[in-house]
Amino acid sequence: MAIYSKIVIERFLHPRNLGKIKNPDGVGSTENIRCGDIMKIYIKVKKNKIKEIKFETLGCSAAIASSDLICDLAKGKSLAEAKKIGYQDIAKKLGKLPLVKMHCTHLAERALKIAIEDYLKKKR
Amino acid sequence: MKKRIYLDYAATTPIDPRVFGAILPWLKENFGNPSSIHGLGQKALVAIDEARKKLANFLGCQAEEIIFTSSATEANNLAIRGVLKALTLKLKTSKLHLITSQIEHHAVLEPCKKLQKEGVEVTYLPVNKQGLIRISELKRAIKPNTVLVSIMYANNEIGTIQPILEIAKLLKSKSSKLKTKIYFHTDAVQAINYLDCKVNHLGVDLLTLSAHKIYGPKGIGALYLKKGTPILPQILGGGQEQGIRSGTENVAGIVGLGEAINQIKNQKSKIKNLLNLRNKLIDGILRSIPQAKLNGSREDRLPNNANFTIPGAEGEAMVIALDQEGICASTGSACSSRKLEPSHVLLALGLSEEEAHCSLRLTLGRYTQSKEIDQVLKVLPKIVERLRKISGYTKS
Repeated sequence: MAIYSKIVIERFLHPRNLGKIKNPDGVGSTENIRCGDIMKIYIKVKKNKIKEIKFETLGCSAAIASSDLICDLAKGKSLAEAKKIGYQDIAKKLGKLPLVKMHCTHLAERALKIAIEDYLKKKR
Repeated sequence: MKKRIYLDYAATTPIDPRVFGAILPWLKENFGNPSSIHGLGQKALVAIDEARKKLANFLGCQAEEIIFTSSATEANNLAIRGVLKALTLKLKTSKLHLITSQIEHHAVLEPCKKLQKEGVEVTYLPVNKQGLIRISELKRAIKPNTVLVSIMYANNEIGTIQPILEIAKLLKSKSSKLKTKIYFHTDAVQAINYLDCKVNHLGVDLLTLSAHKIYGPKGIGALYLKKGTPILPQILGGGQEQGIRSGTENVAGIVGLGEAINQIKNQKSKIKNLLNLRNKLIDGILRSIPQAKLNGSREDRLPNNANFTIPGAEGEAMVIALDQEGICASTGSACSSRKLEPSHVLLALGLSEEEAHCSLRLTLGRYTQSKEIDQVLKVLPKIVERLRKISGYTKS
């Protein structure tokens, strides 16, 4: 028995989208004030689409898995589409997630939205 | 499947085979109710009394000073609420004062908070960076209406050992000066395996212990209650345990607790051996993981406890990663708690929330082997390196 699904563990052990992006077009940094997890999402945008996306997370396995997964969900999407990615989309893809860990998916959703806002602000 | 390495003995311990053997008949053929006067019932009563004697022998007290409970949590609740409620009735005042520490187990802190809501004054003594209370601070906290002090013997998270003898001495002299007795309770759950627990030597009036931390079964604990200590029962019913704790006795559990206590032989060589393994673990981690630090005093500490802060690696993630390697550990990180709150013990040491977030507890026990420590020292630095890469940690 394990508290997490295989998908969460796999993403946690072998994240695919880990790291910084040099000269990113947008950065979304957010902290969960309750548990203290810190998440950063970096994006590169080309022709209004997310061309490249990476993350850094100081947090639990669910937070790491959530940030890795949202990168996959957002990659190649238009900014408008990416903004629509919700925490439910992450939770669904991760499979079984303990209720107390749902806030990790919220954190990932917020980090991406802030990164997109950051890009739009800089563009203006 | 990798062979499991269990390093969470402070959470619970595996049951000793001899304890297991002793319990079995009391779950099978010897099922009598100790309150029944027929032979089967009386057989169970005798078994309970024998276990009681074993505890009394271990603690150096009278058999009738042992009250069996369902857990250490219940024993702590009984001790704290029971004494305060009895004295409230006796002294005809609710304006009583009790002193405890900020690093107690929740099973002490929560009853204290509840009493506070009911009008009792409570002082939560701080601890120093080493995780120890200061006698001078306790001295200052004592007031004319102080009736109970509850300070744990050894801490469950950081293993620090409080100066119980000195506390008892202070309370004794204060009691005679103030001409009102200040009762002294200690939660000794983590201490039983390793420290002297003779109650007369310690100078305590109440002491809590639990079976499942000493290689016994879960669901059974006990309270040492010195003769003459005022107590108001918290569970009412058939009058078992001298009317102080009603409910049909957990015969198998009680027999198991008695046998577990019997198996504790604090041989210096065994403790020394454990201490060597623990020191190998601490030194190994401090050496191989940059910026790692030990939480709590290294000297005034149980021989089986190690607790670290490893910046840049979150505690829950470390525990889950270790679990993937077959290693059972624990953390004070908010991410692993039901309430999403960081460990109150680590915060009381003066650690920041981030430092508590990155904590890892490894607790050794009777079956820990040297090669298991080697395995942890091989695996953990790699896990930390990986998690630090994920968090973008750079030494600052």
